[in-house]
Amino acid sequence: MSALMKLKTLQGHLESINGFEKPKLKFEQYETPAHLAATALYTIQTQFESIENCTVLDAGCGPGMWSIGAALLGAGTVTSVDIDDDALQVFKENVDDMELTNVDAIQCDFLDPRVARWEGYFDTVVMNPPFGTKNNAGIDMKFLRMGTLLSNDSVYSLHKSSTRNHILKKVKDWGMKGSVIAEMIYELPAKYRFHKQHTMNIAVDIWRVHHAQ
Amino acid sequence: MKLITHNMLTSKCLKGVMTGYPLAINATDVKVKEVDFNPEFITRVIPKLDWEVLWVAANSIGHGEGLPKTLEPKFEEDEDLLKRVHKVLLEVEVEEGNLTCPESGRQFPISKGIPNMLLTEAEVQ
Repeated sequence: MSALMKLKTLQGHLESINGFEKPKLKFEQYETPAHLAATALYTIQTQFESIENCTVLDAGCGPGMWSIGAALLGAGTVTSVDIDDDALQVFKENVDDMELTNVDAIQCDFLDPRVARWEGYFDTVVMNPPFGTKNNAGIDMKFLRMGTLLSNDSVYSLHKSSTRNHILKKVKDWGMKGSVIAEMIYELPAKYRFHKQHTMNIAVDIWRVHHAQ
Repeated sequence: MKLITHNMLTSKCLKGVMTGYPLAINATDVKVKEVDFNPEFITRVIPKLDWEVLWVAANSIGHGEGLPKTLEPKFEEDEDLLKRVHKVLLEVEVEEGNLTCPESGRQFPISKGIPNMLLTEAEVQ
């Protein structure tokens, strides 16, 4: 295998990815910033060796920030799922532009476990789940839980830092281990009409949740 | 859609469907895209597969050549075999076509390489 790509190079590639054409509020379509995804993925590989030669699942892939990053860092295969057709069209264009061939996408509802026989199949699950709104509170935890069921090793997931204690408790309830591996600032551009400010800064944690051994 | 993905997909979420596996493939466009060969990775993936389903799927889209119907023990020492499995699992891609549920006959379209497994609310059990 080739040597690991430099962090700067990875971030440069991810900055060229096209985002959502018309983000949909109901799916909470926010793009993961390139520097955030690049830093997170780089850490996931260098500290935990969870990307290279691994089977990786990207849950709620959107335009493909995590999937493409993982593919560039040498994942054995990346499986990318999203519920939204438009997001997957952009995803497909991004993957084709980068000439990546170790990525495969499926349009499905990630929260329905019957779509595929994936229980314990993936070495690594990465996700930037919907944070949840008034109408679907707790959806971030549903994503995380499903991720843990489909993985045989670790899940890496982005959550609001304000939910840290709640996640810690849930992870314990599930009989798993988890820790925050990075704290970052998520600069959320004002995409939707109800956003009054230009950008919003949200403190987020990158979690590593893994099966206790 | 790669065959490694097909090997896992089911239509079990459909109302009245018991197993929904394996899905039959009807391909109208199949491409082969080069992927770096990594014997270690393929060796690790093979035990996770339903081999017979892979064999049937590969043959149904005309790429079963050289793939044994049953997997011999010590397959990991046979590099030629690993290369063939690598190709069938990762390089062969169904671009256009559909998947069919073995019980209900419901079809799932594959368009631009992406299978659409979404159901309407009325179809979900």
